[in-house]
Amino acid sequence: MTEHILSWVLFTPVIGMLLLLLIPSEKKNLIRWWANIVGVVGFLISIPLVTNFDKNAASFQYVEKFDWIPSIGATYSIGIDGISLLLIMLTTMMTSISILCSWSSIQDRLKEYYAMFLLLGTAMLGVFMSLDFFLFYVFWELVLIPMYFIIGIWGGERKLYAAIKFFLYTALASVLMLLGILVLYFQYHQQYGVYTFEFSKLMSLNMALDMQRWVFWSLFLGFAVKVPMFPFHTWLPDAHTEAPTAGSVILAGVLLKMGTYGFIRFSLPLLPKASIDPTIVRVLAVLSIIGIIYGALVSLMQKDWKKLVAYSSVSHLGFCTLGIFALNPNGLTGSVIQQINHGISTGMLFLIVGVVYERRHTRLISEYGGLAHVMPKFATVFAIAMLSSAGLPMLNGFIGEFTIVAGAFEANRAWAGFAVTGIVLGAAYLLWLFQRTMLGKITNEKNANLPDLNWREWAYFTPLIVLAFWIGLYPKPLFEILEKPVANIVMRVRPDYYQNQNRIREAAAPAVPAPVAVIPVPASH
Amino acid sequence: MNFLELIWLIPLIPLAGAAAMLFLGRHLPKTVISFLCPGAVFLSFLISAGAVIQLAGTAGKTHEVVQFMWLPALNAQWGFFLDPLSSVMILVVTGIGFLIHVYAVGYMAHEGGFYRFFGYLNLFVFFMLMLVLANNYLLLFVGWEGVGLCSYLLIGFYFDRKSAGDAGKKAFIVNRIGDAGFIIGVLLIWQLTGSLRFVDVNHAFEHGFTAETAAWGVLSTTALMLFIGATGKSAQFPLYVWLPDAMEGPTPVSALIHAATMVTAGVYMICRTHVLFELTPMASNIVAVTGAFTAIFAATIAIAQNDIKRVLAYSTVSQLGYMFLAAGVGAYWVAIFHLFTHAFFKALLFLGAGSVIHGVGGEQDMRKMGGLKKYMPVTHAVMFIATLAISGIPGFAGFFSKDEILAQVWGSVHGSKVLWAVGLTTAAMTAFYMWRMMYMTFYGAERSHVHAHESPKVMTVPLMVLALGSIVAGWFAVPRWWTFLPDSFRFFDTWLAHVFGRENGPTIPDAALTLASVGVAVLGIFVASRLYLRVWDGPLYRAMQNKWYVDEIYDFLFVNGLAKGGGELLGAFDRTIVDGGVNGAGWLTRFSSTVSIWWDTWIVDGMVRLSSFAVKLAGYPVRLIQTGYVQSYALVFVAGVLAIIGFYFVR
Repeated sequence: MTEHILSWVLFTPVIGMLLLLLIPSEKKNLIRWWANIVGVVGFLISIPLVTNFDKNAASFQYVEKFDWIPSIGATYSIGIDGISLLLIMLTTMMTSISILCSWSSIQDRLKEYYAMFLLLGTAMLGVFMSLDFFLFYVFWELVLIPMYFIIGIWGGERKLYAAIKFFLYTALASVLMLLGILVLYFQYHQQYGVYTFEFSKLMSLNMALDMQRWVFWSLFLGFAVKVPMFPFHTWLPDAHTEAPTAGSVILAGVLLKMGTYGFIRFSLPLLPKASIDPTIVRVLAVLSIIGIIYGALVSLMQKDWKKLVAYSSVSHLGFCTLGIFALNPNGLTGSVIQQINHGISTGMLFLIVGVVYERRHTRLISEYGGLAHVMPKFATVFAIAMLSSAGLPMLNGFIGEFTIVAGAFEANRAWAGFAVTGIVLGAAYLLWLFQRTMLGKITNEKNANLPDLNWREWAYFTPLIVLAFWIGLYPKPLFEILEKPVANIVMRVRPDYYQNQNRIREAAAPAVPAPVAVIPVPASH
Repeated sequence: MNFLELIWLIPLIPLAGAAAMLFLGRHLPKTVISFLCPGAVFLSFLISAGAVIQLAGTAGKTHEVVQFMWLPALNAQWGFFLDPLSSVMILVVTGIGFLIHVYAVGYMAHEGGFYRFFGYLNLFVFFMLMLVLANNYLLLFVGWEGVGLCSYLLIGFYFDRKSAGDAGKKAFIVNRIGDAGFIIGVLLIWQLTGSLRFVDVNHAFEHGFTAETAAWGVLSTTALMLFIGATGKSAQFPLYVWLPDAMEGPTPVSALIHAATMVTAGVYMICRTHVLFELTPMASNIVAVTGAFTAIFAATIAIAQNDIKRVLAYSTVSQLGYMFLAAGVGAYWVAIFHLFTHAFFKALLFLGAGSVIHGVGGEQDMRKMGGLKKYMPVTHAVMFIATLAISGIPGFAGFFSKDEILAQVWGSVHGSKVLWAVGLTTAAMTAFYMWRMMYMTFYGAERSHVHAHESPKVMTVPLMVLALGSIVAGWFAVPRWWTFLPDSFRFFDTWLAHVFGRENGPTIPDAALTLASVGVAVLGIFVASRLYLRVWDGPLYRAMQNKWYVDEIYDFLFVNGLAKGGGELLGAFDRTIVDGGVNGAGWLTRFSSTVSIWWDTWIVDGMVRLSSFAVKLAGYPVRLIQTGYVQSYALVFVAGVLAIIGFYFVR
């Protein structure tokens, strides 16, 4: 089992789904229990990936490779590095959390619902594991189908509009991405006489800048819609608002990261020349910055609680893409960490909307107010989620945001200057939301007797809160895991980066070496 | 016991107190909380005192304890740093913080949310201690943001009231604006020096850079960015607006924010970075001018306020202006000295005001007080001392520090006579508005209908301790021309010289300057005794009373204009243009599909049908003949045959 551990992680949800289909539809609780067990097992089985991970290895780990469709050169080839490891852990965790949070909110067509979720789990994991472009594309498209049904069947009032918009928008973008993939595929055949989708082989492609640029923009469309980057973001608020809570959680928590992951895993290493092309970098950075500020400002004026959180995602993901196109270790590391953080914080914020939605069946902010009186525990959890999302130090958001801003600053001071305004606005819309919903007197009679968090709700908030503090206080393990893969990418895109960095450091070093002023003594506990 | 190794515990103990309140507070009786939370701060105070005493015995006067690597990206450790500067700060924070805690036990005795309140207070002290004990800028930022958060929580403590929620939010967001500047400043430091650790940064600035005296350079930008951060936290123009609103919180909170924590953070941070500011005289000038302007600007507002806490709030803004003025002219130790003395008398003033408010049943309008002296003798006595201290009457703490600031502004190479004059005028105004407050509250006719009463011991004893401090604190640094006193009376200067050095010492320690500042103070008090109830009604006075309409202007420009207006506008943009584009594409698709259907039905299929129609049309004449009746065919056939036969016959 150990040599196929990655496949086990990948297929556990779908195996669980197949067994789920054998359970008769009337046994609702059995279905619920089974789905939750599969979710938790899916998470537990992924833990050995962390414990056995070699953070000093520069290459992919747990690699498995078989021929799949030899005639076109497609292989079943999977493996992970530090970046995918973190995203996989996020996926398995968020999958089990979103299954748990559906316990009482989903009442009809349970079997289909959980089946869709488990299928989605495998599809997302596949995206983060694939080392073969064909396999990647299959999983990438596979994600759409369960998500489409989750929004379209179990969603809100305008679910059909949202589901179709989501599907068409992202499917169209994916098709354009496919064109880019095919260009790489045929280019490789032209140069080496072999058809392959394998990522490691495609790395040796030799393409002119012009060609790279075309491929870059085609991949860009696929990824930017997924992220979503401004101005490709409007499917997101609709999808988020109409999706059931668990759908929003998984959408924000994991799905959006497929886009940023695509940039990091494919665009940068495969198209290094295009990735440092000044025009491309400028466009991407500017779109990211617009996303940061625009998302925050639009959030500020939302009347719908869930839509507000959705737009805040646009702002946060702007930080992630900005970090990527800072094209330096801090920017990239910060970006990946912020992707994890966004999963945790925004996941929590969506779960929070879900908690009140389940009690009151409305998402309008004006319907609430003074909830801290009746739901003090809930208010505390919300406060933590809000602060984590607003990037308060000692919580996770700060670590990611600050590292990204440091990376952006290194690349271009003005970028960092704009990005920090997003931090200010982030505090504004979140605090205002908190004030309007939690503080003040209870003005709406219907809110007067709302029950506080129950044990099941605690069960899914607790791990997220613990993680938020952990990453905020001791993020060093994350940085260690990311160090090698990020260095690989930076060296691929900017081969002389580290050399130059050392040269700058030496030049900037003060003539007199800093004194060892005080011997840093490890605290004696 | 080696307290120096335990300095990491100093912030941690109040954090433990806060955690205990969060998890268990609901179930704990008030008496337990009343001992636990003040006790936690007191324990920190004891460790601080022990550590500071031991620090004084070391040769280097610095000590660092590093616990672990926190943020590897910027090489920021989770480490604590004790030197003469931070030792002053921790003693102020824990010492005065403890007294405020004790007082709060009495003040909050009848309020709901007792445990929540003390949890927040402890958390506040924790973050402030993180701020002053951090060994690098990033960890300082933990405390920096943390105190902002606590102010949000505490100002909004009465979260039923919308104004409280608003004020808390305002404090946090205005602070965040400053933080944006601070972050950029920190990143610049990181880029310039390759480190964020104070020791390394100061060392690098000292040895690796030359002063920017002639032109504005990157160092000046860095200093300015940090100063923007400081204006947010320390309530300087233009980011002071949150502080006066912050008195929405319970009074002990105001005391904590205004005296012991939070607002001192900016002053501390600037002094911590003094090496950089010494390299950037132009940025330092901005600091000094901003400080002086804020001092006099806030004083003009304080003159016209009728709410007792508002007077004190603006006086804090004004006094902080003094501190920045001192720091701006390079007299860092004096800035810290004023911070130190101010902590005592401002805490005392706020707590005394709280005692008054408590005594008259929650009234804050001074026009409805008066003659309270005989009902609240203790409160009156301590407030009397505090007001003398802030007015700068010799012998009281405020005199020593304010006098030193004015002397430095006059005498320092970076100082100027204009700034000195502004400082002096502010001193006169301070004496005036403070005594106006005293007269309106304690003397003259009784205008209150409530039966006033003195506060309980648990509140008055801390007041008495602070009153003692408001006298004694100043004697740590007496004016230099008081040569009749030994050097031990200038201990504060000597102690901080380990951090700031001595080369910025004043050049003219002049008795005449002292005389001038005392003179204006006395003048201010005298004028106040004559005019305290006078109400002017002119546009100028109204403008002062309305705080120069700054809040309204900000609301118009930034809150409603930029943020909400921008949000509204972009929201509309998003719905109509961006999403409109998507929906438009969808509509276009559907439209083109409709067109296609029409085309398909009428043109494409039409062609097919047209061709069939044409054939049909062409076949029409034939159809007339082709009737399908065998008889007619036979008839035609027969007729044909006959015709052919006929044709041959005829030919």
